[in-house]
Amino acid sequence: MKIGVVTFPGTLDDRDAQRAVRLAGAEAVSLWHADTNLHNVDAVVLPGGFSFGDYLRCGAIAAQAPVMESIIDAANGGLPVLGICNGFQVLVESHLLPGGLIRNEHQHFICRDQKLIVENVDTAWTNGFKLGQEITIPLKNGEGGYIADTETLNRLEGEGLIAFRYSEVNPNGSVNNIAGLKNKKGNVVGLMPHPEHAVEPGFGPDTAVAMRSGVDGLTFFTSVINQLVNA
Amino acid sequence: MTTSVDTTKDAKQSPEKAQPWKELGLKLEEYENIKEILGRRPTSAELAMYSVMWSEHCSYKSSKIYLRQFGEKVTPEMTKNLMVGMGENAGVVDIGEGWAVTFKVESHNHPSYIEPFQGAATGVGGIVRDILTMGARPIAVMDQLRFGAVANPDTARVVHGVVSGISFYGNCLGLPNIGGETVFDKVYQGNPLVNALSVGALRHEDLKLAKATNPGDLVILFGARTGADGIGGVSVLASETFDADGPSRRPAVQVGDPFAEKVLIECCLELYAAQVVAGIQDLGGAGLSCATSELASNGQAGMRVQLKNVLLRDESLTPEEILMSESQERMMAIVPKESLKAFTAIVDKHEVEYSVLGEVIKEPRLYINWGDEEIVNVPPRSVAHDGPVYERPVLYPTWLDQLNRDSVINNNLRRATEASELAEQLVQIVSSPNQASKSWITDQYDHYVGGNTALAMPDDSGMVRVSEETGLGVAIATDANGRYCQLDPYQGAKLALAEAYRNVASSGAVPAAVTNCLNFGSPENPEVMWQFKQATAGLADGCLELGIPVTGGNVSFYNQTGDVAIHPTPVVGVLGVIDDVARRVPSGWQDQGNNIYLLGITRDELDGSVWSEVIHDHLGGKPPVVDLKGEKALAELLHGASLQGLVASAHDLSEGGLAQAVVESSLRFGMGARFWLNEILERDNVDLTAALFSESTGRVIVSVGREDDVKFVGLCEARGIPVLRIGVTDASEKLEIQDVATWNLSDLKQAHSSTIPELFG
Repeated sequence: MKIGVVTFPGTLDDRDAQRAVRLAGAEAVSLWHADTNLHNVDAVVLPGGFSFGDYLRCGAIAAQAPVMESIIDAANGGLPVLGICNGFQVLVESHLLPGGLIRNEHQHFICRDQKLIVENVDTAWTNGFKLGQEITIPLKNGEGGYIADTETLNRLEGEGLIAFRYSEVNPNGSVNNIAGLKNKKGNVVGLMPHPEHAVEPGFGPDTAVAMRSGVDGLTFFTSVINQLVNA
Repeated sequence: MTTSVDTTKDAKQSPEKAQPWKELGLKLEEYENIKEILGRRPTSAELAMYSVMWSEHCSYKSSKIYLRQFGEKVTPEMTKNLMVGMGENAGVVDIGEGWAVTFKVESHNHPSYIEPFQGAATGVGGIVRDILTMGARPIAVMDQLRFGAVANPDTARVVHGVVSGISFYGNCLGLPNIGGETVFDKVYQGNPLVNALSVGALRHEDLKLAKATNPGDLVILFGARTGADGIGGVSVLASETFDADGPSRRPAVQVGDPFAEKVLIECCLELYAAQVVAGIQDLGGAGLSCATSELASNGQAGMRVQLKNVLLRDESLTPEEILMSESQERMMAIVPKESLKAFTAIVDKHEVEYSVLGEVIKEPRLYINWGDEEIVNVPPRSVAHDGPVYERPVLYPTWLDQLNRDSVINNNLRRATEASELAEQLVQIVSSPNQASKSWITDQYDHYVGGNTALAMPDDSGMVRVSEETGLGVAIATDANGRYCQLDPYQGAKLALAEAYRNVASSGAVPAAVTNCLNFGSPENPEVMWQFKQATAGLADGCLELGIPVTGGNVSFYNQTGDVAIHPTPVVGVLGVIDDVARRVPSGWQDQGNNIYLLGITRDELDGSVWSEVIHDHLGGKPPVVDLKGEKALAELLHGASLQGLVASAHDLSEGGLAQAVVESSLRFGMGARFWLNEILERDNVDLTAALFSESTGRVIVSVGREDDVKFVGLCEARGIPVLRIGVTDASEKLEIQDVATWNLSDLKQAHSSTIPELFG
C-alpha cells in the first residue's frame, strides 16, 4: 500500500503526513510538485503549509503545479485524495471541491485543539469513524473561513457533502460551521484541521485521559488503507 | 546618481580626501587605525565595511572583555560535550546517540520598535539561518518579548506588530514555537525587547563550520536578490560621496519573506546532504561585508569577489550599498569547483537563484572589484575579528544603595490582614498583565508542526523530540527578570539562570548548556557598563557552579530612551537533554487524589516581587537569595523522580510565588485541589503573604500519586531536600486554600485568561 504525500515549495506538514501514513501501516511516497506522474501510489495526501508562500491566493499557484494535473485526473477517476489545510485550499482552487477559504473572521492565525463532528462516514478517509462522532483534531490556520454561495451551500447540505463540522467553537467564521467537505464519490476529502497532528500518543492534542494523547487523526489514514485493502 | 566609484587607486592618490567616518559611527582613533592597517585611506567601500563590522552590534567591542569569562570559568567536565563553543554562528552540544543540537538567542530590538511586524519577523528569520549554517535542521523557535506598560497607547501597536510578525514568519517556516516570555514594564516603552531563539538538530558527522579554507573553491551567493533593505549608516556615505542631491532614503528595517526562507532551508539541507558545499554562511547584519570577511577570516584564507555579479532587485544600488545591504533570505556558499554542477542542480530544483561571485585564494586578503575597478583590498581578519576592543569605564550606580535600602520591610509595605484581602490579592496577581495567561499570543503560533513537540507553552519548558527511534529530545526554557537585575545585576543574572535551569529540570530533562541574550542600555554610560560587568560575572559564576557551559549568545546595547536605560535584562536560555520525551513531566495536575508537595524552603522574599509590583507598585530592596548548590540538588531529585515515574507533574515557583504556581497547575487541565499552608508558616516562620507570594528560589511543587508517596518522600529525605505535603488534587473543580478562600476554577480561569485579550484582542 503506497500513499503519496505531495511537497510544494512552502509545504510544511509533509513529513508529518508521511509519518501518519507510516503509523497507519502504509508506505509513504514523497511526490514533488514538478512530478508529472504519481509513481503508482494508491492514494494521495496534499499536506498543510504555505505552498508558494500563499501568494496570489492560498493554494492558487499550487493548483497549477504539474503534479496536480495528474492528481486531478486520478481523483476524477476515483483515486482517494485527502487535502489538509493548505491541501484543502488546493483542492478548492483545483475545483475538486466547491467554495473558497478566506481570512479567519478574527484576522488572526489560530492554533488550537479543535473538536469536530464527523458528518459523513461514506468516504475513503472517514469510513472508520461513527456518524456523529466527536473527535479532536489540531487546527492551525490564518485563512480557514469556509465560504460558498447559497446555491452551493444548499447543494452541499442537500447532497450530504459536509464531511466535518466544527463543534463547540467555530474557530474561523466558516459558514454552517463547515470544517471539511467530501466530493460526491467520497474519494476526495478536504478539511482545515490537521489529522496528521493527532496520530501518535505524546504528540497529539490533549484529551480528558492524558496530555497530548489524542490520536483521532489516525483513523483518516487507517480508513483509506482499509478501503483500499477491501476494494 | 553618478556611477563613478572610489577605487583603491583613488585612495592612494587622494590621501587627504575628507571621509564621513564620523557619520558612519566611527571614532577618530578607529578611522586612524583603519588607515594604519591599510597604509592609506580606505575607499568608500572599505570605510563602509569597517564601519559596520566595527560597530558595537557586529564587533562586540564593549562586551568582549567580559564575554571571555564564559570560556574561562569552565571545567573540562563542563565542556566535554561541547562540539563547538562560542564564537561560531551558534554553539553545538553533543546530546548522545550520535545526535547534536545547536541553539542560540538573538536580539532584534531596535528594528522591532521602528517597524514591529518586519522587525520581529526578520528576527526569527535571522536566528534560524544562524542555526542552519551549522549544518543543522532547525526544529523549534521561541521568543522573549518585553513591551512597555499596557496602559500606554503605543504598546498595542508594538504588541500587535511583533506578535503578528512572529506568527507570520515562524508559522510559514514550519517551525513549532514552543515557548518564550512576555513581559510588560514601562521601562521598555521606548525600547521593546524582541529576542528570538532557535534550536536545530544534526548528526555529529553533519556538523559544518562556515569558513573558506581551500584556494580555488567558488564563492556563491544564493537565495533572494539583493535590494536596498536594511541599509543604515551607509546611506550617509552614499549621499556624501556620490549623490549631491541629498541622501537616498532607504528603509532601514529589512523586509522578510518566510516562503523564500523555507525554500532556502530545504535547499541548504539538501546541499549539505549531497556534500557539495564546504561551508555556508548566512547573510544577516552587515550583509556581504560580514559574510565575505568572516568566511575568509575563519578559514585563514582570502577571497576575490566581483561585486557586479551580485543579482540585484534594484539596479541603481551603489557598490557600497550592495556590500551593506541586509536583504533577507540570502546565503553564501563555499563550493569546490568540481561540485558546481551538483550544486546548481540542487538550487535549480528549488528554483533558488544564485550567482558565482568569485573564489577563495590562499593569500589572506579580501579583494572586491566593481567591474575592472578594485574597490576593496583588505586583510579579512582586520574587518571580521580584529576590530577594536574597549575596556569602558565602569561606575557603581549612584542610585543603587538608596534603591537597595528601599525594601518592602523598610517601607513597611502593607500586608493583608484579612483572608478576603489575601484572596483578592491572589486574583489581582494572577490576572495582572505579566502573570495572566499569554494564550492570546501563543495561540497565534503553530506548536504542532513537525510532529515532535512534547511540551510547549504554558508548560515550564518547551520540549521537542530529536530522535524518532529512541525518543531522545531536548527541553529549553528561557528566563530573565529585569526588576531583580535592576536591584542587583550579579544576583539577577544568577536568578535568571537558576529559574531557567529549574524549569528545564521540572520537565524531566537534565540541564546541559546555556545561551544568552544580554539586553542593556548604553555601554558609554559607566553605570550601565557596571551592570553589564556584574551580570556577566554572575552568569559565568553561576554556570561554573551548576557545571553547565555557555555555548554562545548575543549582546544588545543601547536599549534606552534618551538617557534612561532599560532594566538590565540578561535573557538566559537553558537547554536540557531527555533520553525519552515520553517521560516528560507536565506542569499541571491531571489526576485527582494526588498529593501535592512543596519542595524547598520559603523565606520572606518580596523585594522585586510581583506582589510588590502589582499590589504596591514598588521596586526596591534586594532580590531573592540564590543557592545554586540547592538548585542542583533539586534538579537531580526531579530527574531521579522522573526516571522512576514518581511525579505526575512539576511546576517551578518563581514570579508570583506559590499562589501563581497553584493557579497555573490547576488551570492547565482543569483539576481542582485543596491546600493548607499552616505547616509552611510553622516550619519556615513566614506569614501568609510570604507563603503565597514570596519568590524564594529553589522551590517546585510536584504532584505524586498515592501509590508513590512513600517512595517519593523517602527520595527527598535521602537527598536532604525539604519536602512538605501541602495539598491534594480533587475533582471539585474548585481551588481551595485553607484560611484564605475557595474559588471556582471557571472564575479563576476567567480572571487569568481574559486580561490579555481584553487589552489587545
